[in-house]
Amino acid sequence: AASAPKPLPSSGPKSLREMPHPLATSSSEEMGPALTPSPDLLLPRSIADKDLSLPNGTPVDTSSPASSSSLLNRLQLDDDLDVETRDLFVTVDDPKKHVCTMETYITYRVTTKTTRAEFDLPEYSVRRRYQDFDWLRNKLEESQPTHLIPPLPEKFVVKGVVDRFSEEFVETRRKALDKFLKRITDHPVLSFNEHFNVFLTAKDLNAYKKQGMALLSKVGESVKYVTGGYKLRSRPLEFAAIGDYLDTFSLKLGTIDRIAQRIIKEQLEYLVELREYGPVYSTWGGLEVELSEPLEGVSACIGNCCTALEELSEDMTEDFLPVLREYILYAESMKNVLKKRDQVQAEYEAKLEAVALKKEDRPKVPTDVEKCQDRVECFNADLKADMERWQNNKRQDFRQLLMGMADKNIQYYEKVCVTYW
Amino acid sequence: MEDCLAKKMEITVSEAEKRTGRNAMNIQETYTAYLIETRAVESQSEGQCAPVDSLWRRYSEFELLRNYLSVTYPHIVVPPLPEKRADFVWHKLSADNMDPDFVERRRIGLENFLLRVASHPVLCQDRIFYAFLMQEGGWKEMVNETGFQLKADSRLKALNATFRVKNPDKRFTELKHYSDELQSVISHLLRVRARVADRLYGVYKVHGNYGRVFSEWSAIEKEMGDGLQSAGHHMDVYAASIDDILEEEEHYADQLKEYLFYAEALRAVCRKHELMQYDLEMAAQDLTSKKQQCEELATGTVRTFSLKGMTSKLFGQETPEQREAKIKVLEEQIQEGEEQLKSKNLEGRDFVKSAWADIERFKEQKNHDLKEALISYAVMQISMCKKGIQVWTNAKECFSKM
Repeated sequence: AASAPKPLPSSGPKSLREMPHPLATSSSEEMGPALTPSPDLLLPRSIADKDLSLPNGTPVDTSSPASSSSLLNRLQLDDDLDVETRDLFVTVDDPKKHVCTMETYITYRVTTKTTRAEFDLPEYSVRRRYQDFDWLRNKLEESQPTHLIPPLPEKFVVKGVVDRFSEEFVETRRKALDKFLKRITDHPVLSFNEHFNVFLTAKDLNAYKKQGMALLSKVGESVKYVTGGYKLRSRPLEFAAIGDYLDTFSLKLGTIDRIAQRIIKEQLEYLVELREYGPVYSTWGGLEVELSEPLEGVSACIGNCCTALEELSEDMTEDFLPVLREYILYAESMKNVLKKRDQVQAEYEAKLEAVALKKEDRPKVPTDVEKCQDRVECFNADLKADMERWQNNKRQDFRQLLMGMADKNIQYYEKVCVTYW
Repeated sequence: MEDCLAKKMEITVSEAEKRTGRNAMNIQETYTAYLIETRAVESQSEGQCAPVDSLWRRYSEFELLRNYLSVTYPHIVVPPLPEKRADFVWHKLSADNMDPDFVERRRIGLENFLLRVASHPVLCQDRIFYAFLMQEGGWKEMVNETGFQLKADSRLKALNATFRVKNPDKRFTELKHYSDELQSVISHLLRVRARVADRLYGVYKVHGNYGRVFSEWSAIEKEMGDGLQSAGHHMDVYAASIDDILEEEEHYADQLKEYLFYAEALRAVCRKHELMQYDLEMAAQDLTSKKQQCEELATGTVRTFSLKGMTSKLFGQETPEQREAKIKVLEEQIQEGEEQLKSKNLEGRDFVKSAWADIERFKEQKNHDLKEALISYAVMQISMCKKGIQVWTNAKECFSKM
């Protein structure tokens, strides 16, 4: 079982809540603790002085005094906030297209800022492609099987239906990859994983990957938990509850995804009709003298309505749907972790039974059964801790996601309202 | 509009009732009867209310009234009736004439029709119209006695005139084009609007599904549960709100429809002019040919080819007595013709003058009414947006409490 070299930061609900979600609206109400250049404030040593950024690496705008002071207030009021524990910041940005003879692909810049001892330098900037993220995720699953690994955006896209190189697709993917790394960064155990470290720092990731492949031939961690063949009699209540929860959760999210898609479809069909509707008023305006102004006016309003509606549908497609799908993938991978846990417990119980059947006097519990017991207990503990963290993050994520959805609809109506006024 | 009936009398079509009865062919039928109520507007300042008179009429009687007015006042743009059958419907609206919503909108349309006629300076003075409002029994017979059906121009005659008239008044030609274009553009508008309404309905209703799924989801959540549940309720409210919104929009559509049908009335005036003009041209042409014939007979020269000329060449000329007789007949006809032409010319000019006066009045009314309709449409849109903002703001608040 992994053990964190540092004590778990008070990463309970509060400090995670302060993290702005990529979908957050422009309002600053959800901005987390920020650092101001005010000399009065004692800046913890652990934060790099030069870069003033929010915990997740987004640079903060301190140009206006108002924003600085409000941020300062936030800092002072929030006692629970442990700024010092924030010592790793990762960002994904700057997508670039690479055209080679064999293939065309996109790379993203992954920037790391840290004061952790595990890193040789305080700053790194590397370029990674989707494959690399996929590799990282697999490695994490292998090496940290007792933990919940965040999901990646979908790997395969139907060619011809979706343009892999369109701005919208690339941006949607970038946001998802950024979220992926941030979730790992926030995890007290995963963030210290050596593969993660290499992913963030290595100049030549492919060389490292090849190394890893060679090592695989040796009996490595990846084999450890593939116990196979053991069947669990019954899942303990609390894990059964988690399993049930995840089942219903995925189901409901699936329904919401379908509803959202349906709405977007209906909106686009509405848009088609509106596009024919507006110009008819214009045509009529051409016929009239006194009425031409109001008629042209209505025509223009309808045109603006079309633009606003287009924006709304685009936003929902690019921001809302991907997050839903991410969570469905998350739930799926979590269910797999639950199954692995079942396996580990089954192995332990089977071995325990085997020992009991031997009927020795004062049976010594053999060490390998003890190890199994340890494994089960660690797995359970890790899983429970991760679940709690997951539940809180999920709550925040959905809160922001749904608020964002509401906001976009509000903005749509405001735009239309204004044009008719 | 100084002395029009509308100022002296309150007119409403206050109720609609389903009736069954036997029609002219003794077949049982179901129809809707409308209650017309009238009340004199005089002594209201004293707090006294004049007594209300009322009678029932059905749609076909309204049609009869309008036909009578159109024939009797061909130079007037006669207000149109609300549509006979539901047209430009979108899926939720019923195309059934018996549907209560349709009947209700028709009731309003009929009241509007009566008010339009009552506020028209010329039409409001018509005794048949007055009788329509006041006299339940025997009204039909009264109308038929006017013999207006005989005065009606046949459609065929009118069509013929449209194609053959040589010198119609330019203003009427322009007006004819305008009314054709107006009909076309408003029809198009109403068709697309119906589709727009249909789609908008779909968008709103699908949101109702969120209500149910949020509710189900909230059942498995602890802290998030309440927020989700109450947000779901707002989604239901949102989905339900579209019904009222679109009902209001139907009234707007009805206002546009009135002018769609008004365009037809405008067209009818143009047609009448064409007919009269054609008549005039034919009479003038006839007169000219008769004069020519006379001249030919008198001078013995045949200027134009005529069957008479041919036959006389073939079978010999007529006797001088015969010729004299013919000339006399022609001269009489020519005199008659000239008088007729004079009176037709006068008629024509009067028609153009009075028609054009009413057309100007109509134009002003149209501009005023449609401007108001467009403004009210914008207001409706704003109100719809405000409702939308309200609902989503409420939902947002619920989400924020998650």
